[in-house]
Amino acid sequence: MTVDHRQHHLDSMRSALSVVVYPLQLLVDLPGNTYDWFRESLATRRQLQEENFSLRKQQLVLNTQLQKLEALEAENRHLRALLDSSFQVGERPMLIAALLSVDMDPYRHQIEINKGSLDKLFEGQPLLDSRGVMGQLIHVGPFTSTAMLITDPAHAIPVQINRNGLRTIALGTGKLDRLELPNIPNNADIQVGDLLVSSGLGGRFPPGYPVADVIEVEQDPGRAFSRVLARPRAQLDRSREVLLVWPEQIEHPMEPATGAGGEEAP
Amino acid sequence: MNLGRPHGGFVIISSFAVAMVLTIVPLPDSVARLRPDWVGLTLIFWCLLLPYRVSVGSGFVAGLLLDVLTGTLLGQHALALSLVAYVCVRLHARIRAYPAWQQMLTVLVLLMLHQLVVLWVDRTIGRPGHGFAYWLPSFVGMFLWPLAYRWLLSIQRAFSVQ
Repeated sequence: MTVDHRQHHLDSMRSALSVVVYPLQLLVDLPGNTYDWFRESLATRRQLQEENFSLRKQQLVLNTQLQKLEALEAENRHLRALLDSSFQVGERPMLIAALLSVDMDPYRHQIEINKGSLDKLFEGQPLLDSRGVMGQLIHVGPFTSTAMLITDPAHAIPVQINRNGLRTIALGTGKLDRLELPNIPNNADIQVGDLLVSSGLGGRFPPGYPVADVIEVEQDPGRAFSRVLARPRAQLDRSREVLLVWPEQIEHPMEPATGAGGEEAP
Repeated sequence: MNLGRPHGGFVIISSFAVAMVLTIVPLPDSVARLRPDWVGLTLIFWCLLLPYRVSVGSGFVAGLLLDVLTGTLLGQHALALSLVAYVCVRLHARIRAYPAWQQMLTVLVLLMLHQLVVLWVDRTIGRPGHGFAYWLPSFVGMFLWPLAYRWLLSIQRAFSVQ
């Protein structure tokens, strides 16, 4: 156990065992999957038309926003070139994985996904959903992987406030809808409603993805730090599909050019 | 029980597989915290009935698989279930002779032993504590014991596992 906790010699054993239990997980996942399949194949024409219509409308709106984004990105790149900074905004390789509907230890916030090292996933890889950062992979097997959510009590993610760039760390609390920001001085500029985005420090999470909204700031003059709580953006208990991203230049996370990139984000 | 060749290993393995499936079947969060320790119950049953076939080694293997399934530290459940199996095998003759309520209490103690070891390891690696609700699955397991016992016994008879 100590070996598993402190070092990583047992990873291969764990991934071998994960192949053994894979059939069990598939079996448990089956009813939910079948239900989804039935619902899709038995949907009426009218329902499909409605869904199609709403999706098309949504795509139109998103496309319009994307046009703006492209212009902004170009402008951003131009300005950064002027400043001689190497911060990169742009596309990263992505992969969509589905959650296996299996329960894990109820006191750990972990999920199981249906992709593994055969899809070139790696340990520590960030996990997103359509709204924000969900967590990172902690064990990768050949067919399945285990991810730790950002709300697990053992998880911390470096973030910054989108409004003013104040950097801090968001800790998991063990509740699915709460993150805690420790060590914020009482005079720090932080308000309810501030958006926290990943800062990219530490080189694990890509910079600039939304993480959480600040929902409570309690400044007590008697204490050294204020109590700040935030609610994760990602739908940690509802998502069925997750996105896996590959950070660029993972080999040199500490190089100033990329490592410091997060600090210069707006 | 007539002595004979070991027989029906497949039934034992599938009973553990079913217990593991029951352990990871998705349930609403509030109910999931009451989920009894199915693998522990199955292990206790086989250790009581066939101590010469299922004992510490089986407990260890079942625990390892449980570790991978629930995402805990590799060896956490393995250590706990090995201990449970050891106690069970040492005392199997005595526990089998107990009246039902006393057997239930023994099972409660064994299930709590499992949870206690898991909790110890968790606290040692610096995970936060859980409060009294953490122990509820053991009590649920205790009340399910007579049912599980009868059910597994009928399976054991039907397939004449020995």
